[in-house]
Amino acid sequence: MKSFVFPQFQIIRDEAKCGQCRGCERQCAFGTHTYDPVSDRLISDDNKCVGCQRCAIFCPRDAIVVRPNPSFYRPNASWSREKLEDVKKQAETGGVILTGCGNDKPFRIYWDHMVLNASQVTNPSIDPLREPMELRTFLGAKPDLMDFKVKNEEVEIATQLSPNLMVEMPIVFSAMSFGAISYNAFLSLATAASKLGTYFNTGEGGLPREMREKFGKHAIVQVASGRFGIDAEYLNCAAAVEIKVGQGAKPGIGGHLPGEKVSVSVSATRMIPVGTDAISPAPHHDIYSIEDLSMLIHAIKEATNYEKPVSVKIAAVHNFAAIAAGIVHAGADIIAIDGLRGGTGAAPKVIRDNVGIPIELAISSLDRRLRQDGIRNRCSIIAAGGIRCSADVIKAIALGADATYIGSAALIAMGCNLCQKCYTGKCNWGICTQDPRLAGRLNVDIASQRLVNLISAWSHEIQEMLGGMGINALESLRGNRDHLRGVGLYEWELDVLGIKGAGE
Amino acid sequence: MPRNRRELYNKEICACSIFGAMNKDGERFNAAGVMKAIANMHVRGNGLGGGFAAYGIYPQYRDYYAFHLMFNGKTLQSQISAKAEFEQYLNQRFDVVHDEEIPHRPQTQLRDPPLIWRYFVSPKKMGEDASLSDDEYVVRTVMQTNSRAEDAYIFSSGMNMGCFKGVGYPEEIGEYFMLDQLYSAYAWTAHGRFPTNTQAWWGGAHPFSLLDTSVVHNGEISSYGTNRWYLEMYGYACTLQTDTEVIAYAADLLLRRQRIPMEIVAKILAPPIWNAIDTMNEKEKKLFTTLRMVYGPLLMNGPFAIIIGQTGRLIGLTDRIRLRPITAATRGEMFYLSSEEASIRLISPELDSVWTPSGGEPVICELNSRRV
Repeated sequence: MKSFVFPQFQIIRDEAKCGQCRGCERQCAFGTHTYDPVSDRLISDDNKCVGCQRCAIFCPRDAIVVRPNPSFYRPNASWSREKLEDVKKQAETGGVILTGCGNDKPFRIYWDHMVLNASQVTNPSIDPLREPMELRTFLGAKPDLMDFKVKNEEVEIATQLSPNLMVEMPIVFSAMSFGAISYNAFLSLATAASKLGTYFNTGEGGLPREMREKFGKHAIVQVASGRFGIDAEYLNCAAAVEIKVGQGAKPGIGGHLPGEKVSVSVSATRMIPVGTDAISPAPHHDIYSIEDLSMLIHAIKEATNYEKPVSVKIAAVHNFAAIAAGIVHAGADIIAIDGLRGGTGAAPKVIRDNVGIPIELAISSLDRRLRQDGIRNRCSIIAAGGIRCSADVIKAIALGADATYIGSAALIAMGCNLCQKCYTGKCNWGICTQDPRLAGRLNVDIASQRLVNLISAWSHEIQEMLGGMGINALESLRGNRDHLRGVGLYEWELDVLGIKGAGE
Repeated sequence: MPRNRRELYNKEICACSIFGAMNKDGERFNAAGVMKAIANMHVRGNGLGGGFAAYGIYPQYRDYYAFHLMFNGKTLQSQISAKAEFEQYLNQRFDVVHDEEIPHRPQTQLRDPPLIWRYFVSPKKMGEDASLSDDEYVVRTVMQTNSRAEDAYIFSSGMNMGCFKGVGYPEEIGEYFMLDQLYSAYAWTAHGRFPTNTQAWWGGAHPFSLLDTSVVHNGEISSYGTNRWYLEMYGYACTLQTDTEVIAYAADLLLRRQRIPMEIVAKILAPPIWNAIDTMNEKEKKLFTTLRMVYGPLLMNGPFAIIIGQTGRLIGLTDRIRLRPITAATRGEMFYLSSEEASIRLISPELDSVWTPSGGEPVICELNSRRV
């Protein structure tokens, strides 16, 4: 059937610059560029281009420009190009439109409507280059009260503390499974987390055995509805266990790793046959209620000898705050909430773009809810979904998060350009693919160094901003909405965020 | 469902002078010297707040809680009706053994003094409240009154101690209440205030107190929002529009309710930095790590110097990087804490020792004997 959809991108090749090296041809797994020996020219098929920019960036002569296709349908505010083309695609295929990465729709990004405070006169700002500036954070349940024993003027703690994760900066790598991403990308995250003193989340695809000894103590291992790759050793080698209930990109639905991506090592790690689809059901089939969740939390705690904090990850949806409070009562030590703009390796586009609520609002309402219930100490909050820079991190903390998960930002650091074709398995950057030829493009040393650089840079920026506010320990900013002001927000939005308007 | 209102609060920002004096033998003295000392730091205030806390001033009522009440209102009539309303509530919950207007000079330059009254009371616990300790019962009464009653504020609620405060320079407040004539205490703290905003109300002056714990504070707490939500979880209503309040409530929570020794409390409010903790021996490392994990929300960040008064002791503390220093001194049985050494020298030119404590190191002075 002839497709009525325009190509999304237009490839412009500067023939004067092109040296016919055929690099672009080799770089593109989608087969966009082909060499025509007769004319000694490279021909590009716009229809195949996904806009990942691999060829443009790797062209040794900068001869390629990939830009949005300027062709247009008659402009129509209601029928945007995307809406029109989605209709055409579905008319042509009869299928659900798949996509990858986070929601790209212009929902209000509250981060960009909040401004931070700084000290002037009455409270000296603190220079992080001269004074200590502490970002160390503990994730897990804390007791309300502590018992102390005083013996011979020496004070001892009598209270037994729950296990906590210590992070040197409030940034943890979000759940991205081996299977969805390549082994090298997975290993790069693990390597960077161990170098940085933070954690990476394995996602639901298990943790390869050979990585357990070295990287287990920096891993948060996930237990999701597919239960892939879970055994006692998997749970016990990790720093923490996370039960994945929901994901911001696709709340309420499950996951599907196509059989083509289930290679030998993915199959060994997930404990499923090679080449079979790995299907995560929408719900956990042993969790149909909060008491079921409580049983799973405690089963995991039993299995890990109460030595590891247990996190529960949920998508931020309409009544999630009350649900999260219930999850704390059910025994979770950490609540991870994933907002509207959380990423994914594959999701139906209609779900990704229409379900869930923005993370900024979610953090604030969850923090407030837990405080009102008097259980804020009993868990930590990790906020995920749409965190793009250090300012987003610090604003999340001021709204009440203990730490943040970053997924897309980490992938971008490794080379991703958010082309949203993760589900095809043809990632030219070697990140979201199991094709050994493509995956081999990602150099673990370089990728992990880029991750370390990114988080180090963000940490410095967070320290600068904190010092500017006259604060020298991150815990003094947690839930401290006094340091935020809203710009261009409606009253109800300020109410939910719990912040004043700028100048108020 | 009603929508959550924004958590709007006004944090007052101010710089200040603080002073404390104590006789370790428990001998009582009037406020003349303390007023002179705090007046010497006149330029550190701007006349928008001054106050004193005095320990051991009500020996005849030592077993009764002394409530100092402020009835605000535009007219005397509205102040009197606020008082009547409060007394109705008070009489349900307490036996009042004595009450009177707090004596003051009739002639005054001070602006809009509210009606200030004191009550000596004994708890009358009934029903569900019967199981509460007396102190807890009083704290709940204070929180209820200050967060719900209009125009009635309990600004002092300890036994055998009292706060006196208002809008004016501290020496003016001292004269207004005739502290140099009517009261003798074994320990005094004093405060002169320099708020940067102009809204001045008598309740906003220091000291802030709850039960017998009083706090005078110089500085600005940049962790206020965090401290506040943590304390609100434990039932402390932050109503007085100032950051100092949170220190008083933190002190109450940690010292009275959780019975944590003061040395440890100091390490909660102004903890050692992680670099220092990481090099401690295992035992200390565990202690300080745990303290920061659990009580991180009570870390007082930003510059501060505070004097905490309690029955039988004065405690001086600065923030952990000492952005607001404090000076301590002793002379015989006298112990002093001050924003400036000159004020101590003014009333006690000869001193046995004078020192500036390190950031986060508490200076604690206790009575030699508790029988005062």
